[in-house]
Amino acid sequence: MRFFELVRFAMGAIVAHPMRSVLTSLGVVIGVAAVMMMTSIGVGASQKVSGAIGALGSNLIIVSPNYQRPGQVSQGAGQGLSLKDADAQAITKQVDGIAAVAPVVRGQVQLSADGANWSTGIQGVTPDYLVARDLNIASGRMFDDREARQGRKVLVIGPTVARELWGDADPVGRRVRVKNVPFEVIGVLEAKGQSGFGQDQDDVAIGPLSAVRSRIIGRRIRADTVQTIFVKATNASELDRVQEDVANLVRDQHHIKPGEDDDFQTQNMASILAASQSAIGVFTVLLAAVAGVSLVVGGVGIMNIMLVAVTERTREIGLRMALGARRSDILIQFAMEAVFLSLTGGLIGLAIGVLGAMGIAKIGAWPAAVPTWSGPLALGFSMVVGLIFGAYPSWRAARLDPIEALRRE
Amino acid sequence: MIQIEDLTKVYRMGDEEVAALAGVSLRIERGEHVAVIGPSGSGKSSLMNVLGGLDRPTGGHYRFEGEDVGQFDDDALAGFRRRRIGFVFQSFQLLPRLTALQNVELPMVYAGLPRTERRERATALLERVGLGPRKSHRPTQLSGGQQQRVAIARSLANNPDLLLADEPTGALDTQTGQEVLALFRELNAGGLTVVLVTHDKGVADQAHRRVAFLDGLIVSDDHGGKA
Repeated sequence: MRFFELVRFAMGAIVAHPMRSVLTSLGVVIGVAAVMMMTSIGVGASQKVSGAIGALGSNLIIVSPNYQRPGQVSQGAGQGLSLKDADAQAITKQVDGIAAVAPVVRGQVQLSADGANWSTGIQGVTPDYLVARDLNIASGRMFDDREARQGRKVLVIGPTVARELWGDADPVGRRVRVKNVPFEVIGVLEAKGQSGFGQDQDDVAIGPLSAVRSRIIGRRIRADTVQTIFVKATNASELDRVQEDVANLVRDQHHIKPGEDDDFQTQNMASILAASQSAIGVFTVLLAAVAGVSLVVGGVGIMNIMLVAVTERTREIGLRMALGARRSDILIQFAMEAVFLSLTGGLIGLAIGVLGAMGIAKIGAWPAAVPTWSGPLALGFSMVVGLIFGAYPSWRAARLDPIEALRRE
Repeated sequence: MIQIEDLTKVYRMGDEEVAALAGVSLRIERGEHVAVIGPSGSGKSSLMNVLGGLDRPTGGHYRFEGEDVGQFDDDALAGFRRRRIGFVFQSFQLLPRLTALQNVELPMVYAGLPRTERRERATALLERVGLGPRKSHRPTQLSGGQQQRVAIARSLANNPDLLLADEPTGALDTQTGQEVLALFRELNAGGLTVVLVTHDKGVADQAHRRVAFLDGLIVSDDHGGKA
């Protein structure tokens, strides 16, 4: 009741000098807007990266050669590509809890068909690749195990490749030359859109591993070598165990003795995701902290003006005391004035911050991620800033001597 | 009502100690109309500050209706000023941002009165001092005499026991000054205790009792045949 009246006094003083009040809260406006935008950049980037990693397939373990193997001086053709078909087969047979194993070779090729040309990435895979990477067929079909074994020259292409070569026409059944080797298109993948890393995930062509390896990638790679083995675990909870088993098995296969360095490495998507998220988290905190400095500067601005206000209104303070105001009444009135200046700044800053975050999201092509907690947090913060930086001026006002104050001109 | 015994107030001015009140004893009864008179520096303003609970005495006793005001802490003094005292100042001391009505409401805000009650009472008080039609004016839109009457209405807001006026006519011309003094007499006639501080003998003569100060001491206490 009485508190409410003191708040009204505080508001009255703010409204009495609109221009000054706006300028005073400008520091907080900028501070809050900056914090909002920075956290939104952080969260947006984090969502984008986790989306990108998620798009690679969930429960996924990636086995790849370890190129940095010490002691290996020269790397001839195919050297450093330590993974073999046999490794993939061993994993399939011997590790439990596996949904799919997909050995992969890849290369960059020129496709030409019906007078059109398109350069894209080609991957030699087994049919399990679709399962491992969470891909689906939109039209046509995937090649089967028999076709894969036989090394049939068939291709499944991404929608981008289809569009670039044949426009809107149905590509299934058409012939395409890959490095002058004729292939038949038997299926089109479902669109996946852009990956979080800015790549077009639909700009791909996949064919049977043996056909792509021997006919397209050719001499750069030995006949039984693969570049990557994707292993998909059945269960997210078993991901670590499966990864451990896979690593042990491949170590066995490669006759690596205990204490020796591995010539391959295994990563699982969850740990990559966690690592990247924590890196982005640190970055976000850093950005927000830098932005937070401007919030502190805004608080100092409020303190400055509040000190001026206390000096200007010394007589008013003396009078209020003579009329029976307690020291706490004076303290609350001035503290509320500082808090409302700061809070108003916070509200305006919040609006600017949200708009700014949406603008940045548009430019950065990632989700406009303004986390819902950031609104209350920003307002809470500006309130705290008002309280902290209003405390000293209010305290000065409250401990004025009423007689001295009344006498002041 | 007021009982002062051997009251001293000592200010430190650098290394020097100045006794504004050098041992003052005084009794004021309920319903009195007292003028405290003396040249500037005589200690009359210091007495007024102590009486009004704006300042604490250095020594001696100050009892108000039996309460030992000299021992009050800050909050108790604020409460004392709020409930017991109405101040009228030479320079009116109205808040320029507020209307006459809001100025009169101010002490009632600190007393925690609900809004409607404040408004009613402030309106009634402004009507009583003849400013009913001007309750929405701001101080700058009022003449000096009108401003002082708003200040008097404000001093009455919480039904004080004692009205303390410090040179209330000092900033007014003779005519409006007389009107203000007439208002004080009227209030006193209604039972309110009035103490006014002045250096103007003409003003002091309109009170029932004149207490003269010089160098921090009472030099005469003239009940003017009354009392």
